[in-house]
Amino acid sequence: MELFRIKKDIPFMSYGRLTTSISLITFVLAIFFLFHRGLNYGVDFTGGTVMEVHYPAAANIEQIRQVMDAVGLKDVTVQNFGSSQDVLIRLPVKKELSIAQLSEKISTALKGADAGAEIRRVESVGSQVGEELYENGALALLLVCAGIMGYLALRFEWRFAVAAIIANMHDVIIILGFFAFFQWEFNLTVLAAILAVLGYSVNESVVVFDRVRENFKKMRKASAVQVIDNAITRTMSRTIITHIMTQTMVCSMLFFGGETLHNFSLALTIGILFGIYSSVLVACPIAMWLGVNRANLIGDSEKKPKEDEAALAP
Amino acid sequence: MNRYPLWKFVLIGTVIVIGLLYTIPNFFGESPAVQISPAKTSLKLDEGLLRKVEDTLKLADIPFDGVFMDASGVKVRFANTDTQLLAKDKLVANLGKDYTVALNLVPQTPNWLQSIGAKPMYLGLDLRGGVHFLLQVDMKAALDKAAESTMGDFRMALRKEKVNYFGIERQGQVVVVKFESEAEATKARNLLAKDYSDLTYKITGSDKDFNLTASMSVMAQKRIQEFALKQNLQTLHNRINELGVAEPIVQQQGMDRIVVQLPGVQDTAKAKEILGRTATLEIRMVDEEKSDMATLQKAQSGQVPFGDEMFTDREGRPVLVKKNVVLTGDRITDAGPGVNGQNGASVVNVTLDGRGAGIFKNVTRENVGKRMAILLIEKGSTEVITAPVINEEIGGGRVQISGMANAQEATDISLLLRAGALAAPMEIIEERTVGPSMGEENIKRGVHSTLWGFAAIAVMMIVYYMVFGGVSVMALGVNLLLLVAILSMLQATLTLPGLAAIALALGMAIDANVLINERIREELRNGNTPQASIHAGYDRAFDTILDSNVTTLIAGLALFMFGTGPIKGFAVVHVLGIMTSMFSAVLVSRALVNLLYGYRRKIEHLRIG
Repeated sequence: MELFRIKKDIPFMSYGRLTTSISLITFVLAIFFLFHRGLNYGVDFTGGTVMEVHYPAAANIEQIRQVMDAVGLKDVTVQNFGSSQDVLIRLPVKKELSIAQLSEKISTALKGADAGAEIRRVESVGSQVGEELYENGALALLLVCAGIMGYLALRFEWRFAVAAIIANMHDVIIILGFFAFFQWEFNLTVLAAILAVLGYSVNESVVVFDRVRENFKKMRKASAVQVIDNAITRTMSRTIITHIMTQTMVCSMLFFGGETLHNFSLALTIGILFGIYSSVLVACPIAMWLGVNRANLIGDSEKKPKEDEAALAP
Repeated sequence: MNRYPLWKFVLIGTVIVIGLLYTIPNFFGESPAVQISPAKTSLKLDEGLLRKVEDTLKLADIPFDGVFMDASGVKVRFANTDTQLLAKDKLVANLGKDYTVALNLVPQTPNWLQSIGAKPMYLGLDLRGGVHFLLQVDMKAALDKAAESTMGDFRMALRKEKVNYFGIERQGQVVVVKFESEAEATKARNLLAKDYSDLTYKITGSDKDFNLTASMSVMAQKRIQEFALKQNLQTLHNRINELGVAEPIVQQQGMDRIVVQLPGVQDTAKAKEILGRTATLEIRMVDEEKSDMATLQKAQSGQVPFGDEMFTDREGRPVLVKKNVVLTGDRITDAGPGVNGQNGASVVNVTLDGRGAGIFKNVTRENVGKRMAILLIEKGSTEVITAPVINEEIGGGRVQISGMANAQEATDISLLLRAGALAAPMEIIEERTVGPSMGEENIKRGVHSTLWGFAAIAVMMIVYYMVFGGVSVMALGVNLLLLVAILSMLQATLTLPGLAAIALALGMAIDANVLINERIREELRNGNTPQASIHAGYDRAFDTILDSNVTTLIAGLALFMFGTGPIKGFAVVHVLGIMTSMFSAVLVSRALVNLLYGYRRKIEHLRIG
């Protein structure tokens, strides 16, 4: 079976203006929602307590709320989690109570109200830990970008590095935009997913760039546009098949991984979906506008004789 | 051109066999066990203990499947949980409080596999259930305390050498001594600088009012903080031993934090109580001269006499105690509950170490008839447990503390004393608890999502690339095998995000195979011969695979460096997965293709879909 038998090169670069403006719009929208709604940070970042409680029968949410009120805990959110028997309780950081006291207080209250309540998971994070995560997360993001750019600049050329990183950030911002728009919980695992997407998405760009470089060597007479179009067309099949495979795996996580992996695989899904075109339709036009050509890609060894020729010509 | 030399096949074969050997232990499951470890550092883990355990069980007629010793203690395997519980009770009764006896699960890996070090993957708390705490050590308190003790030392040293000073006080972490003349201040500085050389001294002031300030150097501060952290770690170790948890983890994290992980612990309240008793113990003298009613009343309204501190005892009565600390809890080597022979009241019997005994002897000799206060300091609030009158000089380092309300309290306080004192108070700043059923469910979910994803990919690859798809799937299988083997070998902690990373690694690893297969197709399309296409396909794809994997590796390493807990687990698997995928996609699949096609004279066409 072969799905992609493309005879002629598809003129991707001539759509460059269109494709980049589409991504520009999504990008701006994502940024708008990020600022307008903000991210719904989980306890990992904000600090606070999350408790997952399992009941032998369907849980009475209203009663749980009353119990919380009775012990004097305010700003408590109680909601079903996965099934009617599972309940998720959330509490912000309380200044007057320590973390240990807080979770203790809730569990005794819950068990007092219903002996069958089984506390399956408790996560309590102090606010200082959250702040650090914030910094570390931002630092990791920065370091990854710097590392990737450095490597690409070394192996290819700075123009490619810049193009790839812009395409990459585009994916990251769009994932964040989705999380802001739908107010999905942004926790540590989501951050891990985003960093994994960074690695994955740059993978994409590298495969195309690699082919561009190779084409510049082979297609001596072609223009940069032709070279890039050919590279994208030739790697199309691989791009799509790989994406389908990775997406299959991520979907498997989304469906079978349970609640804990839900947001993680959601972030990956969005990243992969947008990664499929950003690496091709954002990175390549940018690289082209930055002026990628044969001379600055193939390096000194082949560039020199050409310069000599040019000098001799007139 | 598509033939591998024999050594390459042998190499690949060996790697796969080793991978298999180290993956197998994950399939054997675990059996109930009892773990016996020494509760004190002075007790050694040796063959004697092994024999003692064996004899105890034989004598009690309890059947066991095996007994062995490792770094954490002696472990005995049982057929079921009933005999396990029976054996635990018997062992606790026989071995006494010198040893910690804990319920545990040990892998049922056959001996021959264990002898080559093959163990199942080490599961994180989110997969096996348990509690995770992150504790923050209050370093300011540690420094304050150090300054406080420096002040005491200064006072003693200056008095001994008869240097005249008219005041000494602590301002934050700086000790200030006041003098009437500069000469006297200089004398003091020279004297003190000799004995306390890690302090920085400065003399300021004029005209009958000279101050000698002594502040800690940065180095000294760092040393004190490191010491405080180390002592707190040790104390936590001791306290956790009392809980009888199998394989607890107590680790330093950063400059001022400690991670505690207690696998399989259900009673989190008890665990927290033991850990959360961020208490230090101090013995100080009651200021008898100022204990008249009038001064006490004044003190209660805030006018505490100089050099004293006011605390309340258990009945709420005020007690004026000198600031100078006689002894701290770290001089205590043992403590146990007991009963006073004369009045039947609950008491705590305390044994002090050599230096502690010496100090105690001197203090009690000099202060017969006076009261001595035993203070319990918990999170900034101090309570006087008891303030007994010293009847006679107490030598030999054996002390009886009375004033306990009941036997339970005596037990609690002796546990606290035995576990040693914390150098600085600590606070739990993060707590994560995962129930055991949740852990099992997490494993099931993680494994299911990996297997279903793998199956789906396998089907699609074979449909799309035929024989080459099959080769890719086998390479992917080897990748999974090697990844699990390396994780088992390294005994890296596998968490749920780690399981997710395995799944993701498989999804991403297939990219290398797709690249190769597409390249081969392309070469064929360009009219190359099948053999040349295979060769060129693998060759050309390699550069791309390398480039794309190195960039992914960069992301993984950054995750590893900045991630904590589950994120780190994810990063480890992610990075390892990239490396194994390079091996399997490039070498293993090539070897398979070579075996299939490389040794045939003539190939009409490749079955690549």
